[in-house]
Amino acid sequence: MSATTSTVAVTIEVNGKARRLEVEARTLLVHLVREQLGLTGTHVGCDTSNCGACTVLLDSLAVKSCTVLAVQADGSTVETVESLAPPEGPLHPIQEGFRQEHGLQCGYCTPGMLMATKSLLADNADPDEDEIREALEGNLCRCTGYEMIVRSIRWAVEHPNGLEDPS
Amino acid sequence: MIPASFDYVRADSVEAALAALAEHGDEAKLLAGGHSLLPLMKLRLARPEVLVDIGRLDELRYVREDGERIRIGALTTIRQLEFDETLATHVPLLAATAHEVGDPQVRARGTIGGSLSHGDGASDLPAAALALGATLVVQGPAGTREVAAADFFLGFLESAVGPDEMVTEVVVPKCGSAGWSFQKFNRRAQDWAIVGVALVHGNGTGPTGIGLVNMAGHPIRARAAEAALAQGASPAEVGAVAAEGTEAPNDLHASAEYRRHLARVLVDRAAAQAAQAGPSSS
Repeated sequence: MSATTSTVAVTIEVNGKARRLEVEARTLLVHLVREQLGLTGTHVGCDTSNCGACTVLLDSLAVKSCTVLAVQADGSTVETVESLAPPEGPLHPIQEGFRQEHGLQCGYCTPGMLMATKSLLADNADPDEDEIREALEGNLCRCTGYEMIVRSIRWAVEHPNGLEDPS
Repeated sequence: MIPASFDYVRADSVEAALAALAEHGDEAKLLAGGHSLLPLMKLRLARPEVLVDIGRLDELRYVREDGERIRIGALTTIRQLEFDETLATHVPLLAATAHEVGDPQVRARGTIGGSLSHGDGASDLPAAALALGATLVVQGPAGTREVAAADFFLGFLESAVGPDEMVTEVVVPKCGSAGWSFQKFNRRAQDWAIVGVALVHGNGTGPTGIGLVNMAGHPIRARAAEAALAQGASPAEVGAVAAEGTEAPNDLHASAEYRRHLARVLVDRAAAQAAQAGPSSS
C-alpha cells in the first residue's frame, strides 16, 4: 500500500503530453487542468456534476472533471477541448459543425458539448437525433434550446473531414 | 467547491483496503468512482479524514455467469452494466436500469458497489437490486458474508456495510423469460426520479419483485404489490397497493401524496409492460 499523504505525485498524459505534477489529494481534475496546466477551455459551470461544462475525456470516456479527483486520473490520459484542433489549424469537424450550424451562442457550455460529442461519436459514428439528445443529457445549454446543437452534430457526422469534404 | 483536506491512501488489493479501514475506522471512506461521495465532500456534508482509493482494483470489475446466477464485481461501472451483453441476455432489467442512471458522464464513473453501498433512496440501481432479490457479498476483517438486498438498506444513506467492511460483489439471478420493466418519472432528462419502479415477474421461472425509487428515505420494496403480483393479480390490482407501507418524502419536487399516486400509476404500467412479450424500458 502506498503511504498516507495529503499531497501526491501524479503523472497524467494531457492532450498527448505526459505531465508530472505534485497535487494536493483534494485537487479536482478540472482545477488541475485549468489552474496548474492553464488549459482554460474546460469550464467550471455548476460544480455539482449536473451541467457538463467541465466535460473532458478520461481514458477516452467523457467524464465531469469537477467530480473527479486529480489523483484518480494518475496514470490515465486526459483530453480537453484544446486537443481538438491546433490554434492555427483547421477546426475539428465537430467544432466546424458547431460553427456551420450555429451550435453556440454564449459558448459557455460548448467545450463540454464538443467533448461529450467526441465520446458519443467514438461509440456511435452515425447517431440519429434521439441518440444525440440522449448522449447529451448530461450537458446543459441555456441559450440554444439544443436544436442547433443537434444539427451541428449531424453536420459533423456528415462531414467527417470537416470543410475538406465535398458538400 | 473543494473538499476539505484528507489523507489519501491508494489500495492495491482488497486486503490493503480492509487494512486501511481497520486502521482508520470511522474516519475513513472508500473512494470508488466518487460520484456519490465527492459531491457530498464538495458540499462539506461529508468530511472524511482519510480516503481509501479502491478505484484501481480491476479484479473487482467483471460480469460473469455462474450457473443460474450472474456475478458482478463491485467496481463494475454503470456504463459497463449498460452495455454488457451477458446482462442484456440474462438480467435485462439491470442493464436497462443502468441506462437510466444519471447521464453518460456519470455512468462512466459510478460503480454498482458504490451506488448500492451509498444506499440513496433516490437512486435507481438499488430498486433493481431489490426487485431482483440480489445478494451483496461483503468482505471485512472477520471474513466474507452475504447480505440479501432486502436486508441491506437500513435507513437514510445507511446500509448493512460496517465501517471496516466493503462490498466486493453483487450476485443476481438469471431472469430467464421473466417479464420486467423499469419506470422512471422525472421532470428533466438527467434528474433523479421523482418516483421510479423496477419490476420483474418470473411467473415461477425466475425472480419476482418490485423495488421503488424515492418512496422512502432509503430504497424499499413494494411488498404488498409484490404479493399481489406473485398471486397473479392484474396490473391495476398490483398498482392499487403499490404505495402501501411506503414513507414517501415531501420535498420541493413533489408532495408525498403525489408520490403515492405516481407509485400506483407506475407500478400498474410496469406490471402491464412486464406481462407483454418483449418488454422494454421507458
